[in-house]
Amino acid sequence: MSETILTVEGLRVGFGRKASPVVALRDVSFALKRGETLALVGESGSGKSVTSLALMGLLPPGGQVMAGRMDFTDRAGTRHDLTALTPTRRRALRGPGLSMIFQEPMSSLNPLFTVGDQIGEMLLLHETLDAKARRRRTIEMLELVEIPGAANRVDTYPHEMSGGMRQRVMIAMAMICNPALLIADEPTTALDVTIQAQILDLMRRLQKDLGMSILFITHDMGVVAEMADEVAVMYAGAVVERAGVLDLFDRPRHPYTRGLLASIPDPDPKPDERLVPIPGSVPPLTMLPKGCAFAPRCPLAEPACERGVSLTEKAPGHFAACIHSEEVA
Amino acid sequence: MSRYLTKRILGMFVVIFLVLSIAFVLVRLAPGDPASLMLGPDATPQEVDDLRARLGLDRPILVQYLTFLANAVQGDLGTSLFFNQPVTQVLAGRAEPSILLALFSLVVALVIATPIGIWAAYRRGTPGDQMSVTTAMLAASVPSFLTGLIFQRYLATDLGWFPVSGYGGPDASFATRLEHLVLPSITLGITNSALILRFTRASMLDILGEDYVRTARAKGMSERRVVLRHALKNAGIPIITVVGLTFALLVSGAVVTERVFNLPGMGNLAVGAVLRRDYPVVQGTLIVVAAIYVLVNLATDLLYLVVDKRVKY
Ligand SMILES: Nc1ncnc2c1ncn2[C@@H]1O[C@H](COP(=O)(O)OP(=O)(O)OP(=O)(O)O)[C@@H](O)[C@H]1O
Ligand SMILES: [Mg+2]
Repeated sequence: MSETILTVEGLRVGFGRKASPVVALRDVSFALKRGETLALVGESGSGKSVTSLALMGLLPPGGQVMAGRMDFTDRAGTRHDLTALTPTRRRALRGPGLSMIFQEPMSSLNPLFTVGDQIGEMLLLHETLDAKARRRRTIEMLELVEIPGAANRVDTYPHEMSGGMRQRVMIAMAMICNPALLIADEPTTALDVTIQAQILDLMRRLQKDLGMSILFITHDMGVVAEMADEVAVMYAGAVVERAGVLDLFDRPRHPYTRGLLASIPDPDPKPDERLVPIPGSVPPLTMLPKGCAFAPRCPLAEPACERGVSLTEKAPGHFAACIHSEEVA
Repeated sequence: MSRYLTKRILGMFVVIFLVLSIAFVLVRLAPGDPASLMLGPDATPQEVDDLRARLGLDRPILVQYLTFLANAVQGDLGTSLFFNQPVTQVLAGRAEPSILLALFSLVVALVIATPIGIWAAYRRGTPGDQMSVTTAMLAASVPSFLTGLIFQRYLATDLGWFPVSGYGGPDASFATRLEHLVLPSITLGITNSALILRFTRASMLDILGEDYVRTARAKGMSERRVVLRHALKNAGIPIITVVGLTFALLVSGAVVTERVFNLPGMGNLAVGAVLRRDYPVVQGTLIVVAAIYVLVNLATDLLYLVVDKRVKY
């Protein structure tokens, strides 16, 4: 049950000219096991979305994978080296292999097609079913994502639905071909809190029922605690720490992770407790310091940090990229 | 929906009424007395007065206006001073070539412009994109009289594939008339393709950046399907509007092309009528053009309604 379905190793992604690209991902490595959830966390601009788009093969124009491996195992057990696939093979994997839901449910559905059309199109593309069977499966899927009155809702247009309903439609669409991996890029950020909780519940339930893995992108540590089995923390285009969720919350080994955790509002605050923001801000990609990119904001920084350090295993299953990881923990 | 339609149709009548009034006023604002202008400097005052009486110009202006409106409502737009025929009849004879020319030239423009526009948007920023846009601009900036003359010289005179000019004479069959429209339609179509190309490209560029296009790609469909099914349908909505308005413009505005190919169309008629001070015909042309504008507008709005379910009236 604990076989690894996704391994990302040393992923490097640049934008712009090949000769002097802006490097958005410097060194991203993580692994995801079947049926588990890996949360990818980090501040805005740390490269979470770029990572997910690189996995899907949907980098915007100008973006290219410059180095690294992305190994993906589909439901049939076949391993694919995503960086080496032809565009056609890659396309065939989108949907039944990896599928994705996005942050913006309001704009991610095509306004000119019914939701049934858009969900059913997945089946049209990847399975051989006639129109009647496709419609039946689509309605079943809408029921599975708990859309009330699914048999009628199938013929409505996205604008007739609320944000939460549209995100359910997106989930139905992403899941209808039973993907091995669902990538969810901040799927609840645009929704209000109660709806957010419902969507997270739904995703957990579907994950259990259908046995898929989830790469869950968020910058909300509260959501991480609720959803994740494993966590990868990103900073300025690199994964700086990776561990099981309990381990990470208990013993963060990178000062940046500790800063992130200190900045979560306590649900039951003591009267004199304050949020501790991390001082400073993420440097622009074009002016990263030498060595550890977090050093300028780090309370423990010292000249040796300029030499940099790569992600190393500090304890079983717990990786960090910091020379001070023992002091942090 | 039916309330919307009723409102739109009432609105159309208001617009037509306003256009009638404006046409009436404009013609009377033109310098000089129509009767003396028409008869020329050699006319005797008696002749001028006779003509004024015949035209009803001796009556109070309000009476003239009301008579004009009452007649117009009954479909009588007066009598052409030059052709000595009812204006409606003169216009009817000229409408066919103009409307067909506008229609066919738009088809030509769309056939040339939309594929290139879509392709250029898809390959934005590449040399292919820049080249196709530049070529289209060049082709469109060649005046249509020059393109027309070139076509006449090589395709009509030298190769004899198409008639050189005219509309085949009074007894020409429909097929013959169509034949006479081929070169004018291509000429005018090339000129208009630049506008539609730019518009298609801009509209497509907008849409290709939309989140739902990314969603379409994430579903694992071919780029062809992404562009032609998910993007084009959305990009098409603004294109419909431009095409509709261009059509209305072309019906009376294809003067140069009509001249070069000697087509008996509305553009030719309007210019001739202005030069000959045939005011009833000028008025009539204005009204027909306005009516076409209004109708085309209504048609595009209704088309929106069909294509885009977000639009509610
Ligand atoms: N199309 C692009 N062209 C150039 N640079 C890009 C492009 N898309 C992203 N980047 C760069 O990649 C970096 C990472 O962006 P990304 O969108 O992955 O951040 P993120 O972690 O998802 O942030 P957020 O939490 O705001 O969604 C950014 O600094 C951005 O400047
Ligand atoms: Mg993002």
